[in-house]
Amino acid sequence: MAQKQVTLPASIDDTLKLLTGADYVADRSLATVLFLALKMGRPLFLEGEAGVGKTEIAKVLSATLGRKLIRLQCYEGLDVAAAVYEWNYAGQMIAIRLAEAEGAVDRDRLSGDIFSEKFLIKRPLLQALEPDTAGAPVLLIDELDRADEAFEAFLLEVLADGQVTIPELGTVKAEHPPIVIITSNRTREIHDALKRRCLYHWVGYPTAERELTIVRAKVPGIGRVLSEQVVGFVQMLRKEDLFKAPGVAETLDWATALAELDVAALDPATISNTLGVLLKYQDDIARIDESKASQLLDEVRAELRAAE
Amino acid sequence: MSVSPDGRLADNIVYFARALRAAGIPVGPGSVLDALEAVKAAGVGTREDFYWTLHAVFVKRHEHSLLFEQAFRIFFRRRDYLDKVMSAMLPQAPPSEPEPPKAGAQRVAEAMFSGLGEEDKPKTDVEIDARLTVSDREVLQRKDFAQMSALEIAQARQAIKQLVLPLNEVKTRRLKPNSRGRVVDLRRTLRASMKAGGALIDLQTLGPRTKAPPIVALVDISGSMSQYTRLFLHFLHAVTDARKRVHTFLFGTRLTNVTRALKQKDPDEALESCTASVTDWSGGTRIGTSLHLFNKLWARRVLTQGAIVLLITDGLERDPDDRLAFEMDRLQRSCRRLIWLNPLLRFEGFEAKAKGIRTMVQHVDELRPIHSLESMGELVRALSADGGQSNEATAWLKRVA
Repeated sequence: MAQKQVTLPASIDDTLKLLTGADYVADRSLATVLFLALKMGRPLFLEGEAGVGKTEIAKVLSATLGRKLIRLQCYEGLDVAAAVYEWNYAGQMIAIRLAEAEGAVDRDRLSGDIFSEKFLIKRPLLQALEPDTAGAPVLLIDELDRADEAFEAFLLEVLADGQVTIPELGTVKAEHPPIVIITSNRTREIHDALKRRCLYHWVGYPTAERELTIVRAKVPGIGRVLSEQVVGFVQMLRKEDLFKAPGVAETLDWATALAELDVAALDPATISNTLGVLLKYQDDIARIDESKASQLLDEVRAELRAAE
Repeated sequence: MSVSPDGRLADNIVYFARALRAAGIPVGPGSVLDALEAVKAAGVGTREDFYWTLHAVFVKRHEHSLLFEQAFRIFFRRRDYLDKVMSAMLPQAPPSEPEPPKAGAQRVAEAMFSGLGEEDKPKTDVEIDARLTVSDREVLQRKDFAQMSALEIAQARQAIKQLVLPLNEVKTRRLKPNSRGRVVDLRRTLRASMKAGGALIDLQTLGPRTKAPPIVALVDISGSMSQYTRLFLHFLHAVTDARKRVHTFLFGTRLTNVTRALKQKDPDEALESCTASVTDWSGGTRIGTSLHLFNKLWARRVLTQGAIVLLITDGLERDPDDRLAFEMDRLQRSCRRLIWLNPLLRFEGFEAKAKGIRTMVQHVDELRPIHSLESMGELVRALSADGGQSNEATAWLKRVA
């Protein structure tokens, strides 16, 4: 065999190991549902606040399993032509003209010729059904809540049976259905019919301990004290009455920013100078002013002292 | 390791699914089969793994996680239960008694509803006039509506057909066939020219597709509004029936999402299940608090794709403060259009005690007062009207502000 195929994990522990090996710090619940999705061949539907690492799971999966990653970013107005397939109209027209020039005017044969796979342009969903030497690809359908409700219906056939029906051509079925990961930020509810075909998991904010592991894995240069304070402060912020609590992505951004600024330990002034990395709403930033920040920081310090 | 369909584990999963259904998580027979498959795939290891295995299959919404947790804790309460499950999967093991599902469901329901009513303590306020006065005191009570007559239902359907909200149609980014469109539809063009054997190319075009934007209704059900509540709920039921995306929230002293309840086809049934899910009928009003909850928990989930917000309240807040203004401001910024429908507002006899109204009026796009509200027809007319009434309201608005 030219390429060594990485086998799917055989147990929940294996799945956890696989993710940890790729610097993705997952909790056991996520590993369980991911293992089941792989084992049962079901799509995995991940919902959660922005910046908690939903998309990252698909990337890590494709990297560790050595599979191709096919990404479909959803947006308002996404339709079949952009997501599933499109005909190569220019090519078809030329084919018609050529047939005319040759004098072949058998209409049935002509339409059979021009609606053939030769003129089919494959978009992500159809690409994902193609056989691949490395094994079935990972299909990431990102931020499904951004697409219109009508678009969800196109997905049902792909998700349930791993196939797509093209009226002019027939049904295209994958020999090995792709590993499907769907993410949503829950800006609207996804229809139950779609959810029913998937395994559902809510990706929440990590615990302090896990977040610390994530920060240390992703920001290698960061000091022990700073990383503890950063995580403690962010965890404290999430308990505040904010419009948008910071996600893990924001924690990492902040940790990186502070490390770049050569900060050894947090102080109120640094916090209020860099708060824009963490909070993205003006009301939230106004709420956490310097005195509030220093109060939170004191609490974090007291907590860390108590833990020692 | 195999899970035979007649084994104890299968029985227990079926019972558990039934308990979940009783607790309010929609679990279909398909999910039960999935659960069996999942348990078979994952094996029964630790309690945590078993928990997340069933969670992956049965829970399809984040808010059901809590119910699931409660149900799981009660159903698989006995510490040695999992040992029994594991031994039950071996053929020689003695069968263990399954937990009775009824009792489990009962306790889940109790577990669900315990804790309500603790957060807000009733305050001792004395109110004299029931109408046009407000209190922030929480009176938890149930409500019974009179049944709908067939005539009423028919009239409502008729009236709703005439409902034209401002910005009733919004352009989407999707296209549909349109002979005056500007985008060439190559697919249809090619098909059409194939009909003629490819000799003729008849250009087919696409134009924008429009659709009705989502409606989000926030309805005040406090004591001062109680006489209109039935009408509004019936109205919203009819609108929910006629349109695709309608979300309804009721608020008095707390905020309740009754969208699912109103989706039932029969108006009586819909109103009945509404009644069952709300506990603060005809009590006090806390507009600021309710809007805060809405903004925080729901706004980002339901105010997408150009939603129109119908705020139905008399605006009589006991303690209007900065918070009300702040939350109104945020609400207005998050939606496409904020329409305030006020059934109790009279222009004359307006007094300083209605400070809440003054605060709110500055943050709405449109104010639609109704002097007397007796029927669905009037309500629909008030909502559909543009110009006339709202001009009057605007003039009044300027005087007040």
